[in-house]
Amino acid sequence: MNIVVCIKQVPDSDKVTIDRETNRLNRAGVPSIINPFDENALEMALQLKDLHGGKVIVISMGPSQADEALRTALSHGADEAILVSDRKFGGADTWATSYTLSLAIKKIEGVDLVLFGKQAIDGDTAQVGPGVAHFLDIPMLTYAKAVEVTGDTFKVDKVTEDGYEIWDIDKPAALTVVKEANQLRMPSLKKKMAAKKAEIPCWGVEELQPVEENIGLAGSPTKVSKVFAPPVKLNKEILSGEPSEMIAELIKKLKEQHVL
Amino acid sequence: MSTTKELWVFAEQREGKIAGVVQELLSQGQILADKAGFTLAAVLPSADGAGLCQELYNFGAKKVYTIDDPKLADYQNDYYSRAVAQLINEKKPEIVLYGATTIGRSLAPTVAVMVDAGLTADCTELDFDVEAGNLLQTRPAFGGNIMATIICPDHRPQMSTVRSNVFKKTKLSDREAGEQIPYEVDLSGVPERMRRLESVHEADNNSIDLNAAQFIVSGGRGVGKPENFKVIYDLASELGAAVGASRATVDAGWISHHHQVGQTGKTVCPVIYIACGISGAIQHLAGMQSSDMIIAINKDPDAPIFDIADYGLIGDLHQIVPEFQKQIAAAKAS
Ligand SMILES: Cc1cc2nc3c(=O)[nH]c(=O)nc-3n(C[C@H](O)[C@H](O)[C@H](O)COP(=O)(O)OP(=O)(O)OC[C@H]3O[C@@H](n4cnc5c(N)ncnc54)[C@H](O)[C@@H]3O)c2cc1C
Ligand SMILES: Nc1ncnc2c1ncn2[C@@H]1O[C@H](COP(=O)(O)O)[C@@H](O)[C@H]1O
Repeated sequence: MNIVVCIKQVPDSDKVTIDRETNRLNRAGVPSIINPFDENALEMALQLKDLHGGKVIVISMGPSQADEALRTALSHGADEAILVSDRKFGGADTWATSYTLSLAIKKIEGVDLVLFGKQAIDGDTAQVGPGVAHFLDIPMLTYAKAVEVTGDTFKVDKVTEDGYEIWDIDKPAALTVVKEANQLRMPSLKKKMAAKKAEIPCWGVEELQPVEENIGLAGSPTKVSKVFAPPVKLNKEILSGEPSEMIAELIKKLKEQHVL
Repeated sequence: MSTTKELWVFAEQREGKIAGVVQELLSQGQILADKAGFTLAAVLPSADGAGLCQELYNFGAKKVYTIDDPKLADYQNDYYSRAVAQLINEKKPEIVLYGATTIGRSLAPTVAVMVDAGLTADCTELDFDVEAGNLLQTRPAFGGNIMATIICPDHRPQMSTVRSNVFKKTKLSDREAGEQIPYEVDLSGVPERMRRLESVHEADNNSIDLNAAQFIVSGGRGVGKPENFKVIYDLASELGAAVGASRATVDAGWISHHHQVGQTGKTVCPVIYIACGISGAIQHLAGMQSSDMIIAINKDPDAPIFDIADYGLIGDLHQIVPEFQKQIAAAKAS
């Protein structure tokens, strides 16, 4: 069983701040991490491999630093890593990212399953998984929390608003994975050492031969027209003192505002 | 045939019931359509849509495109995306809005790549730039640290997903007029690549859906221990509220992950969010800061949660929360 896991390197949002003057993110010095949901996708792949054998291939599209995220994934147990990187891929939105990643996955032979995180925490769009699946022309389920191999199909538990659904989906398939699925295993020392030295191929325009108008900024239908700091609350009221008095005061205000 | 441009709302239905967010999208869609001079329409894939049209008219849809097929009774990504993409390619709407539900967040990104459209996820504000003809789609990014307005100047349709409770619903009347336009899609050529075997509704001790809740009472590490969540549940049931939680409490095993609010949990947008013993880490704020009103209860006057609160109550939640419940109960009784 060969499983591709798409991982994105994202800034640790814990450490990102915004410059209120320029409305830009202060990204300098902010550490990069593997998108937390992609860790769950990786662990799901590793568990399937433990049971059924095969290979786990991690793939990341981004600047050359994304290499680091791939090495981390190798230290947790992935078998191979591929970096998708080219200056021409820069500025891609989810449409262009989906297209580019799909070209890379098409180059890998014998893929049975493609896994994604539920969403990336920088953009929170959750669009790349469904997009890639369409370009690969394979069936896709979002919000998977468990998967089992059943012959030529997968049995998948998919989280819904009020519970879950059980689906049967043909191979090859794509899934986006939720946090509830699992927790990523610890890296092993041996794998960590090996990961440091691993050869990670980099695929760019030459290797993937994309239709040029579909990649990078040009291939992105959406454009950012403005960024700004979230509005701050101006009329806040702080109450302190005896609980009974605070609550009486609060309830009075809520009633005045007709929210209660 | 009229040549007015159209703004569409995807009329998501489950088991023959229109999702609440559809009413909200129609109401906001009406405002945008009026501003742009577009016609407001709904798209309704289902087994048999005729009986659901009136509800859509009542919230402003002038037209409802019904796509009837037994294969569209329940959501299936291949069938739904084919049906909706084909209709879009034929009728060429200017704008299509979807609820950011588990269904909308599968369908919209699939359709977006099928019809070559831009898609902006989880918008919290939608406006229309009449001069440029662009939908102004505003959404939080980087865990809520920043807001971005996204446009899609060269591709049509312009598509967005929008969370529940972001827009107010306005019913026009119980008997609005509208036109049902049945549309045929041949799904026989779409291979059957996935099948739903079972749908499980999980009962929980607090069954109110966080995504759709009007009120939410949330507990954080300040609650102290699992048993103490009782005061949170008690206040919630008095208010008819859903129960939320910070990741710290979920990780500690005090409450199930279904309740987690935040960047790696649920994003909520209730009328009132009551944060009890939650410090206000940016990842928590990312999931709840667009709530209409935020009430924070925390014993630390410097807790960052107070920066985004409308009302901050400084003190011990173990005294304040039960008192809150008592006074609400008393107010209801009188
Ligand atoms: C990648 C990533 C993703 C994350 N995603 C999420 C997420 O989705 N959701 C989330 O919530 N967190 C998330 N976190 C974790 C987040 O950073 C915080 O650690 C977490 O939100 C803290 O939870 P808390 O406020 O309950 O606990 P604490 O930060 O420990 O705060 C407890 C608060 O309770 C107050 N308190 C204590 N006792 C009392 C009392 N008796 N009465 C009143 N107040 C009291 C204290 O003053 C304190 O402010 C994420 C972190 C990372 C790195
Ligand atoms: N640049 C990328 N490289 C590899 N995988 C990606 C990239 N962008 C997104 N993904 C995958 O797609 C998922 C959803 O991302 P998004 O649509 O950006 O929220 C992520 O959890 C990753 O699995």
